[in-house]
Amino acid sequence: MASAQAYPSSEPERWKYLDRIRTRAGPFTNDGIFDGSMVAGQMDKMKILVIGAGGLGCEILKNLALSGFKDIHVIDMDTIDISNLNRQFLFRQADVGSSKAEVAARFVEQRVRGVRITPHNCRIQDKDEDFYMGFQLVVCGLDSIEARRWINATLVNMVDDAVEDSYTPLIDGGTEGFKGQARVVIPTITSCLECQLDMHAPRAAVPLCTLATIPRQPEHCVEWAHVIAWDQEKPFPELDKDDPAHIGWLYQKALARAHEFRISGVTYALTQGVVKNIIPAIAATNSVIAAACCNEALKISSSCAPALGYPDDNYMMYSGNDAIYTYTFKHEQKDDCPVCGNLARELDVDPAWTLGELVESLAARPAAQLRKPSVRAAGKTLYMQSPASLEAQTRPNLERTLSDLGLREGDEIGVTDPAFATVSFKFKLKFTKKS
Amino acid sequence: MLKIWSMKKDQQKADNENTAAGKKKKVTAAQLRVQRDLSELSLGDTMRTEFPDPDDILSFILFIEPDEGMYRGSRFSFTFNIPPHFPHEPPKVQCREKIYHPNIDLEGKVCLNILREDWKPVLNLNAVIVGLQFLFLEPNASDPLNKEAAEDLRTNREVFKRNVRAAMSGGRVGGVTFDKTIK
Repeated sequence: MASAQAYPSSEPERWKYLDRIRTRAGPFTNDGIFDGSMVAGQMDKMKILVIGAGGLGCEILKNLALSGFKDIHVIDMDTIDISNLNRQFLFRQADVGSSKAEVAARFVEQRVRGVRITPHNCRIQDKDEDFYMGFQLVVCGLDSIEARRWINATLVNMVDDAVEDSYTPLIDGGTEGFKGQARVVIPTITSCLECQLDMHAPRAAVPLCTLATIPRQPEHCVEWAHVIAWDQEKPFPELDKDDPAHIGWLYQKALARAHEFRISGVTYALTQGVVKNIIPAIAATNSVIAAACCNEALKISSSCAPALGYPDDNYMMYSGNDAIYTYTFKHEQKDDCPVCGNLARELDVDPAWTLGELVESLAARPAAQLRKPSVRAAGKTLYMQSPASLEAQTRPNLERTLSDLGLREGDEIGVTDPAFATVSFKFKLKFTKKS
Repeated sequence: MLKIWSMKKDQQKADNENTAAGKKKKVTAAQLRVQRDLSELSLGDTMRTEFPDPDDILSFILFIEPDEGMYRGSRFSFTFNIPPHFPHEPPKVQCREKIYHPNIDLEGKVCLNILREDWKPVLNLNAVIVGLQFLFLEPNASDPLNKEAAEDLRTNREVFKRNVRAAMSGGRVGGVTFDKTIK
């Protein structure tokens, strides 16, 4: 529908306003690192990854393309559902059933000349560290805490403190109804998403006994059908929350229970909402948060103004519940954060050592000073001092050599000790002799 | 920050050479936390664990043999399945026997506040195990999962005690046959 005439006729004209910001020093630019002649060229070459092509992702892709980023990748495993169309504006009815990442990438590429968007129609976990190492900036528009924690841990684990460039900033946007947040993580330097996990309100769980005995709310009836009746009657082998027959069964069960206790308000939509834990998405909240995220992306990559992150504020929360309110603050890093507070340290070992010798060396190390260390590798229990049954099962390992146990250079081991109940150690094995 | 990015390419090249050997195995936060919880578990004489696969510390069986209270003389077992998001989600615990208990239903579901609504990441496996032990010392009639058992406990403690003995011997209570748990 937009004709070519709608665009400015030449490139400089088209990016005139953006270049005013990118090329000129202002009162907030950092004189030490800002070089206006370099910014545009460097942004052209930058690779930026967008995670999620849903409500936030559509906004983020559009905003980044219009902010002058040229090489954008987008990753999303989902296909387009008809219920997405009210706010995920890169999709049309004909796209229902197609990959979100592919349709979104194609749409923005067609509308914004000169931008290249590479779609990845897969789970973020399907890509390895090498893939994520290829980006200078990651912007997340996700709806799940699990996916956030995964990408956060991946980016933090990529950090090699000897190399400045292994720090890939993570910009995270999130919305829930009228509320949202935008935050920036500079891995290991500022507080990470794991440090901030308690900022997510946990899902309020109802005591099992309330569900089993006297429900008070329609939600209790639905949860009863979901947690108790389903397990007792097993109408289908496995609950598929997207199968209308399954939700229908739960709805009928919940309705019957609601009648029994004279509770009103159980509907099909409520059943679906409770079972799938649906929180209504609001397009305006998405666009506010996506705009904030993309603003940070532009500031980080151009140094045109101080960005969230280092050294001060790193968290912007937004609430549209009662008028509009935002608050920006610094969320402190947690010393005992299991992700960014506990990076694996290198440990020199000889692959010909027995596990027993390794355990002894851990106890002798002045930096660790462990008394009764228990040791595990990823997916392999090497030696546990307790509980008794596990000790007995793993004791024979003490006689075996490290290479015999399948340990390889670079593998991580986790070490715990009841004498240090609040800390655990991670070591990355470095072989002193080749096996 | 711009300078960082121009240098990154060189580092990647060096990195690719180093990682050519293959993927490194990393220890996840949940695994490490469970390892820590297990190594500080205090089981005493009345409890022991069993790991069907010692490499998988996320699933195991806990045996409890109460040495006092109404459930004395029996052995009960619980499966523990620890979700990958532990400690942000509580472990899933289920009784393997069909037992007569006001807070454990006939499918083995357990009503213990810290296994559900009151779970917090600061709690550990020891807290859960102490909670389970406590359920056998002090069955609680006000939070029932097995309503009949709770009603018995509330109205007549002596009848409830007799029912517990009968159920633990593999007898019938209220038309339900229970599993023999007595040693």
